[in-house]
Amino acid sequence: MSVVTATVAWLTDPAQWSGAGAIPQRLLEHIGLSAVSLLIAVAIALPAGLAIGHTRRGKVVAASLTNIGRAIPSLAVIGIVLPITAAIDPQLGFKVYPTLVAMVILAIPPILVNTEAGIAGVDRDLVESARAMGMRETQVLISVEIPVALSVILAGVRSAATQIVATMTLGAIFGSGGLGRFLVEGIAQNDDGKIFGGVVLVAGLALLTEAAFVTIERAAAWRGREHPGTNRRAAASVPT
Amino acid sequence: MDTSWILAHLDELGLRTIQHLGLAFLAVGSGFVLSMGLSVLAVRVRPALAPIIALSGILYTIPSLALFAALVPVTGLSILTAEVPLVLYTLLIFVRNIVAGLDGVPGDVLEAADAMGYSRRTRLLSVELPLALPLIVAGLRLASVSTIGLVTISGILGDRFGGLGFFIFEGYRHAFPTEILAGAVPSAVLALSVDRLLVGAGARLTPWSVGSVAR
Repeated sequence: MSVVTATVAWLTDPAQWSGAGAIPQRLLEHIGLSAVSLLIAVAIALPAGLAIGHTRRGKVVAASLTNIGRAIPSLAVIGIVLPITAAIDPQLGFKVYPTLVAMVILAIPPILVNTEAGIAGVDRDLVESARAMGMRETQVLISVEIPVALSVILAGVRSAATQIVATMTLGAIFGSGGLGRFLVEGIAQNDDGKIFGGVVLVAGLALLTEAAFVTIERAAAWRGREHPGTNRRAAASVPT
Repeated sequence: MDTSWILAHLDELGLRTIQHLGLAFLAVGSGFVLSMGLSVLAVRVRPALAPIIALSGILYTIPSLALFAALVPVTGLSILTAEVPLVLYTLLIFVRNIVAGLDGVPGDVLEAADAMGYSRRTRLLSVELPLALPLIVAGLRLASVSTIGLVTISGILGDRFGGLGFFIFEGYRHAFPTEILAGAVPSAVLALSVDRLLVGAGARLTPWSVGSVAR
């Protein structure tokens, strides 16, 4: 049986579409874990990026932390975190938390870098005139800097989201759920249909995530089209 | 932490480190040669650039675990299955940086070289490539660091691959934290040291570009 027919057969097998460990469950696990990691990363990186971009302080520290975060392999992060979380919670600490921590660490650099660069890149004249109009610093940030930098910030979040969705597959090696399970099980069971079915699902979800965020960015850009002085800078992503 | 285990396995740790660097070096080297050809082609035949970037961009978005897995039915559990994904991932980084570097060479410089009677080949080798060096080195750094990270994942293909990642997989199978750490910590250190090393090498190779950090 060729790889293509094996894949189609696996993907169209009704048994793969219901019950425990089937495609819907793995898909929901994948999306859920990705969303939680992204939210935690945004909660950490967004305020930090806003503060650094606005005050222009701590840029060097943030840049070097970002470089380190980018250089350390995700699998190594999972490996380093696992013994610690496993000691705290033998169940989830062994299976889910290490992947979650690794995904948060993976997602922080692109969000932090883009937020900081976006805010710092806002036209200084614009910021100064806002201050001259009597705006307080928080007002300058909320009503001037964030709207102008929004597309750059969102580009960073998109980059983080697609990296998480792709890299989340690694968690399956360590027993967390998600679509990576089909890859790991497919290799172990020598099941080509399962391997390629998993590849199709993961790649499809990654592309959908990218497309969803591009749509959000377009909507935001359309609303913010009156804002001048945006300095666009895409985040360099790293394959996962 | 079980220090006696680490002391008893120092030999194996050394061998796995060498394997790790070997797998990474082979991939980055082949990727570089392949990308150099593609980039020179793209600079000379402009219409070729968009499809080359698009194709390598698509490959770049496929998760590594998926790409390793996808090759198993095709090439089995061979060295090709481990190396092909690693090489493919370097293409986008290299082509983007080499083309940007070559494009950044000022037109005046090219004309001066032509006027001095340089052939197209000598112009490329002794004028264009040296001027593109800062961006090429930046690409080399990015490609090396990401490849070192990806080598750990090739451990999914079995005991013969993975470099230091082998210990992460085996340690997990045995639920033995010391072994997991013995793979995870050195591979992180390896990635960070190679990053630092290439930053230093880049500054030394292109002393005129100090301060202009190129990515």
